[in-house]
Amino acid sequence: MEPLLELKDLCISYKIYEGRMKVIDKVTLTVLPGEKIGIVGESGCGKTTTMKSILRILPPNGRVDSGQAFFKGKDLLKISDTDMQRIRGNGISMIFQDPTAALDPVFTVGDQLIAVIRYGSKVPINRREARTRAIAALKEAQMPDPERIMSNYPVQLSGGMRQRVCIAMALATEPELLIADEPTTSLDVTIQDQVLRLLHSLVERRKTSVIFITHNLGVVRVIADKVNVMYAGTIVESGHTQEIFTNPLHPYTVDLLAAMPRLSGGGLEERVPGRIPDYLNPPLGCRFQPRCTKAQLRCSLEKPKLVEAKPGHFVACFLEAGNE
Amino acid sequence: MLNQKIKMYSNSSRFPFENLKRSWYKFSRNPLSILGLGLLFIIILSALFAPWIAPYPQHAGKFIDLKERFQPPSTSHLCGTDSMGRDILTRILFGYRISLLLGVVVLSISVPIGVTIGMVAGYCKGTVIETICMRITDIFLSVPPLILAMAVASVLRPNLQNSMLAISLTWWPWYSRLIYGVVSGTRNEFFVQSAEIIGASKVHIMVRELFPQTISTLFTKVTLDMGYAILTGASLSFVGLGAQPPTPDLGTMVSEGSKFLPEQWWMSVFPALAIVLVILAFNLVGDGLRDLFSLERV
Amino acid sequence: MNIFKFIGNRLFQGIVVLIGLSLVIFIIARVVPGDPARLALGSTATAEQVAEFRSKMGLDKPFYIQYWLWLQHAVHGDLGISLVTRRPVAEDILQFFPATFELCLMSLIFEGIFGILLGTIAGRFANSWADNAVRLFSYIGVVTPPFVFGILFMLFFGYLLHWLPSIGQLSPNIVGPPRITGLIVLDSLLTGNFLAAKDAFLHLLLPSLSLAMGGIAQDARITRASIVDNSGKDFINALKSCGVPNMFIMFKYLLKPSLIPTVSMMGLSFAYTFSNAFLIETIYGWPGMSRYGMNAILNKDLNAIIGVVMVLGIIFVTVNLLVDIIIAYLDPRIRLRTQ
Repeated sequence: MEPLLELKDLCISYKIYEGRMKVIDKVTLTVLPGEKIGIVGESGCGKTTTMKSILRILPPNGRVDSGQAFFKGKDLLKISDTDMQRIRGNGISMIFQDPTAALDPVFTVGDQLIAVIRYGSKVPINRREARTRAIAALKEAQMPDPERIMSNYPVQLSGGMRQRVCIAMALATEPELLIADEPTTSLDVTIQDQVLRLLHSLVERRKTSVIFITHNLGVVRVIADKVNVMYAGTIVESGHTQEIFTNPLHPYTVDLLAAMPRLSGGGLEERVPGRIPDYLNPPLGCRFQPRCTKAQLRCSLEKPKLVEAKPGHFVACFLEAGNE
Repeated sequence: MLNQKIKMYSNSSRFPFENLKRSWYKFSRNPLSILGLGLLFIIILSALFAPWIAPYPQHAGKFIDLKERFQPPSTSHLCGTDSMGRDILTRILFGYRISLLLGVVVLSISVPIGVTIGMVAGYCKGTVIETICMRITDIFLSVPPLILAMAVASVLRPNLQNSMLAISLTWWPWYSRLIYGVVSGTRNEFFVQSAEIIGASKVHIMVRELFPQTISTLFTKVTLDMGYAILTGASLSFVGLGAQPPTPDLGTMVSEGSKFLPEQWWMSVFPALAIVLVILAFNLVGDGLRDLFSLERV
Repeated sequence: MNIFKFIGNRLFQGIVVLIGLSLVIFIIARVVPGDPARLALGSTATAEQVAEFRSKMGLDKPFYIQYWLWLQHAVHGDLGISLVTRRPVAEDILQFFPATFELCLMSLIFEGIFGILLGTIAGRFANSWADNAVRLFSYIGVVTPPFVFGILFMLFFGYLLHWLPSIGQLSPNIVGPPRITGLIVLDSLLTGNFLAAKDAFLHLLLPSLSLAMGGIAQDARITRASIVDNSGKDFINALKSCGVPNMFIMFKYLLKPSLIPTVSMMGLSFAYTFSNAFLIETIYGWPGMSRYGMNAILNKDLNAIIGVVMVLGIIFVTVNLLVDIIIAYLDPRIRLRTQ
């Protein structure tokens, strides 16, 4: 099957006062049509940065140093601005972490929804039709009284409702790929489940591919078919969800799973010791090496590549996969 | 014992002067701030040593030399001479003395008053005291400082001291409002509440806990305000309500010079530029301080 | 329904403030060393004439009675008689106020147009040469007092280049329009006198521009900062990533929230514009409230001083109220906060 999205050796850096932060170091990722993949990793490991680079909405001091991002065969990093804008919306769209910040506070929800539907869909749509579709989208997102919501401002809605609006917005243009960046992290625990279910049912119906970013392993297990574990700007392990959870290979993944709080007890005491590396002067070899309990000499000198250790199960570690 | 406890809970780690060296390093990275500081030094030193470095120190007071009047800028008179034949550069240097004095006096009076009122109002949030303090502040703020200062100065005899008094009277509410904002914001933070629980007195809380929070904002504003206070003083003397002739006040010089526009342009342009220079210097330093303190907080 | 409560509340606060202001000024004015009656009549008047004048003007009554009387009259629009012009202060102010208002209004228009324009360009092209140029210009504008601009502009554009006239409101050979609003440009346009309108407008340019420079610089700075700040926010990214075109985002979804601090600042600085107008009017010989106010101040014309200060206070309070309303309209977070 032709992959919908293919990231190859993406390298991204940020320019700050003290120098260049080399955040993303050769990220490789594939998404097949209809597939739901998860990206897990702790805060600061570069998940959002990678996604923003795909949509070309990096902040001005961010720069893609090398690599490619193929969407349906076209390298998104090389196409013109106009072409990119056409792809945004009906090709790829994104849901952001904080729904309060993701909606323009001085315009009504309806205004923003209509704008997105009018311009983001495959063909331009007139205002009346867009309004009808907007109300339908809100209804589908299980919003009570969609007509009234249309004329509400974001400040009048609760957090959960705002996120539903954002979901409706992102899906109203019928994208082929949806990027959901920690969509439930900033919501109340009681609402999280609802929103997740909603998201799940919506993408199931449309057969949309999803990239689901989270640092919550429990969520990933439920939603995603495949999982990519990210650490300090690299994918360290990737494979089917079940496989990763039962047979984690990379030391980081192992620690991560061990640190998950479980109903059966355990996990709450353990953290993954150490911190993410300094991106200004990243380690020469494997980026996890400073925190790795199983590190060898080779790990501090050479960077391990993502290699297929078992069928469909990739890992970037010298210990697990020879890596010649 | 209690003092020790209070020190423990005291939020003194935010006190910027503890990292003086680091602060200086950050401040000095911005070339504009260094420029401002340099300008400031030059101005202050010129003012201090005016009687010794000015080319014609006797021109600073009563002096008439009608042969030399209205001379355009030349090598003997870098900024030209005025209608009385006095060297303008000299008078500018002496004028700086007056301007700086005015700035210092005005702020020395208005800042303590404003800060105290603002602090009390902010701490006693929700009480009658707060309402009274802030209403009075609002009243004084409802008219632009210049107008109020002019009105006040107009009912007093026009001279330098009275103009300083008038400006001080109109300046304090800005500090009151500023400090009120900072204090009422931090008033409910944990370290204040813990001090209250221990039983620290209100005065102690205000001085040792709340005041340090305001220092960085205060410092920045005072520096910037020096420039604006000097400007207000110059504006007052421009309309004749400040230092009277023959005292060399920058505002008076601009006002006198404006009568002789455009032919004897140097009479008003140079004093005006002198005013701009001193405002610029204080602004550059003040901006540098603002950047410094905002980075500190992050 | 909340809007009316909001306005009502602010109005009440404004009135309290104005009353307080009048009281303060009154108190200060009564601390006068010096006898306003004597000043008004000059040194040649006899003691009886002074005494008569004093009782006629009510200057011999105790302070609180004077204030109460004044307040009663003021509420009906009677601000007393000017000691200098011997006319009702209200009449004097009505005569001179429109010119000052015209000046400040034009300055505000310049401020709005140029300030927002420059700030938007600087913010959109942040860190480019355009941005740096605007920042430099803003800095100069902020540190230079308006009267310095007044002098420089007059010298440069008026005398050196002879591009624009610099004294007064109208050239001496032009016939002015009949007085409808008192704003000469407007009155000329309303009566179809385009020659006068053009002439008046040219005369208006230099002084209002000098007055506006500080505001333009200030507004450009704030707008720039606001745009740069909002550009990085997630709602811009969200709209972008859902396919809304860049231009559309810029001119609608980015601009509106970014203008809120600017409008706030513009309102605040409008009052300062009035005080700076005093100095500009002196330089350009503009027949506005400043000359009247200056005379009042120099001659200790108490009624006039109080009248002028009160008018400015009213303007300040009104403008603040208007700004608050506009901001409540622009920013729904504020007006809906009660919900």
